[in-house]
Amino acid sequence: MKYIWNNYRYLILRRVVQIGLLVLYFGANAWGWSVLQGNLSSSVIFGVIPMSDPYAALQMLAAGALLATNLLMGVAVATLFYLLVGGRAFCSWVCPINMVTDAANVLRSRLGFNRLANKQPASRKMRYWILGLSLIISAVMGVTAFEFISPISMLHRGIVFGIGFGWAAVVVIFLFDLFVLKNGWCGHLCPLGGFYSLLGKFSFIRVHHYEENCTLCMKCKEVCPEHQVLHMIGKKSIPVLSGECTNCARCIEVCDDEALGFSIRKLAEKKTGA
Amino acid sequence: MSQKKTNISKKREPLSDRRKFILNMARGVGIAALSGFVWSAYVDEATASQLLLRPPGAIKEDDFLKTCIKCGLCVEACPYDTLMLAAPGDNDRPLGTPYFVPRDVPCYMCTDIPCVPVCPTGALDESSVSTDGKLDINIADMGLAVIDKESCIAYWGIQCDACYRACPILGKAITIEYDQNTRTGKHAFMKPIVHSDACTGCGLCEHACVTEKPAIFILPREIAMGKAGSHYIKGWDKSDEKRLEGATTKINTTEISKQKASDKLNGDMLEGLY
Ligand code: SF4
Ligand code: SF4
Ligand code: SF4
Ligand code: SF4
Repeated sequence: MKYIWNNYRYLILRRVVQIGLLVLYFGANAWGWSVLQGNLSSSVIFGVIPMSDPYAALQMLAAGALLATNLLMGVAVATLFYLLVGGRAFCSWVCPINMVTDAANVLRSRLGFNRLANKQPASRKMRYWILGLSLIISAVMGVTAFEFISPISMLHRGIVFGIGFGWAAVVVIFLFDLFVLKNGWCGHLCPLGGFYSLLGKFSFIRVHHYEENCTLCMKCKEVCPEHQVLHMIGKKSIPVLSGECTNCARCIEVCDDEALGFSIRKLAEKKTGA
Repeated sequence: MSQKKTNISKKREPLSDRRKFILNMARGVGIAALSGFVWSAYVDEATASQLLLRPPGAIKEDDFLKTCIKCGLCVEACPYDTLMLAAPGDNDRPLGTPYFVPRDVPCYMCTDIPCVPVCPTGALDESSVSTDGKLDINIADMGLAVIDKESCIAYWGIQCDACYRACPILGKAITIEYDQNTRTGKHAFMKPIVHSDACTGCGLCEHACVTEKPAIFILPREIAMGKAGSHYIKGWDKSDEKRLEGATTKINTTEISKQKASDKLNGDMLEGLY
């Protein structure tokens, strides 16, 4: 029991948050709850606080739409929130696709596909290209390009509004991550993840490495969906500064030697300075 | 011999960094262009529908597609479950955008129009359904009812006024026109007529229509209506006749046309006269 708690406490917490949010959204549509209305594109919390997807707003801007004040307020709230908790905290704590890709990843390592190809054939920079491309297409076509193909919104709307789930897209992502590319969707392609990576560069809560405790077991790098961000393991006591870290805290909980933990950006910087 | 050897090794020399960079760039641009084309073609296809009925207050379809963030707050606000978000796979419905199908559930024209003020993006525009700063559902324009006289049984001479009774603005949006039934010689036709200046396109009539497939149905206004063109003037209508005031008396002489008379009349002959 203690083992499970030590090794999976954040994972359990993340699932509780992810599923809890889905239940709240679902309840708003099905039973009229007012805790969390709308969906991940734009929500209202407790019937007052707006929160809107800044990436969707960016596409609207590119497409030439007028941005309403209400929307801008929602965008501001979401941006500030993720600046605080870590940009890609969205990916590991909120996004429903995360459960799909995590499942594919677990199955992948159980089945041993990871040992098949050591070197990943694809660049993790692709998401930024796709992000840029989505804005160009939005501008040229005059519609929000990613919003019309986003499997994230398809799945989320499907769960919240019960409208034909968008199973196909979800299955494609699952199979892609399982058979084709490790962390394929979330770690390489997803432009929303790319967007939050850029935002996350500046965010406050960070994972911190304490080199003096590290026994070089590399469990953290194995479990990390964005292992390139952990380049300092065993080398330097610094925070993970890449925005691509999802703040999933898997590394923290698999580490048996207390060589990883959460820290606040300011404090972290002081520590490394000293 | 040694000369030959160096030649071969020269051939197989790894690409220079510069060359690699250029090749990589070219490949990146190529892949981006390819995916850009596929992506925009898909988005173009997916947003092409014109036959969808939008919630009250919806802005012009072009703008709606770039402005609506697909949050479903309007859907949740509607007490009659009129509105739905388009599901994946409904290929003639732009993914995730709200619409309604009046034959299933029409818009009941709530006087407080709960679906409109909740819209965070202005895709549903409050001012377009307000008179003197007060919400006024009677000026909503979701579409226009069209009657197929061949399947409307009232036009056959059978007594039916289901649509007329169902209309929330009966007497204005639908009126009944009395006419003599010359077939029987002793009965009257009571024909429903829709007036485009009052009809909101709520679809209560379509919902109520007793025929197997409704003989009265809602179409988006641009599709339901024709246009006479500015060169036709209603001489009996004072305000329309006013358009003649600034007209010049310049006389046009034209050659004898080689076109058919009907083509000419519908064409450009009268252009520039007024
Ligand atoms: S560094 Fe740690 S918290 Fe960040 S993504 Fe990797 S495992 Fe998760
Ligand atoms: S006016 Fe009322 S019935 Fe019509 S769509 Fe809006 S909330 Fe629904
Ligand atoms: S509330 Fe507005 S933005 Fe949200 S789905 Fe409805 S029309 Fe679109
Ligand atoms: S759609 Fe039908 S019921 Fe609604 S206002 Fe028009 S004529 Fe009346």
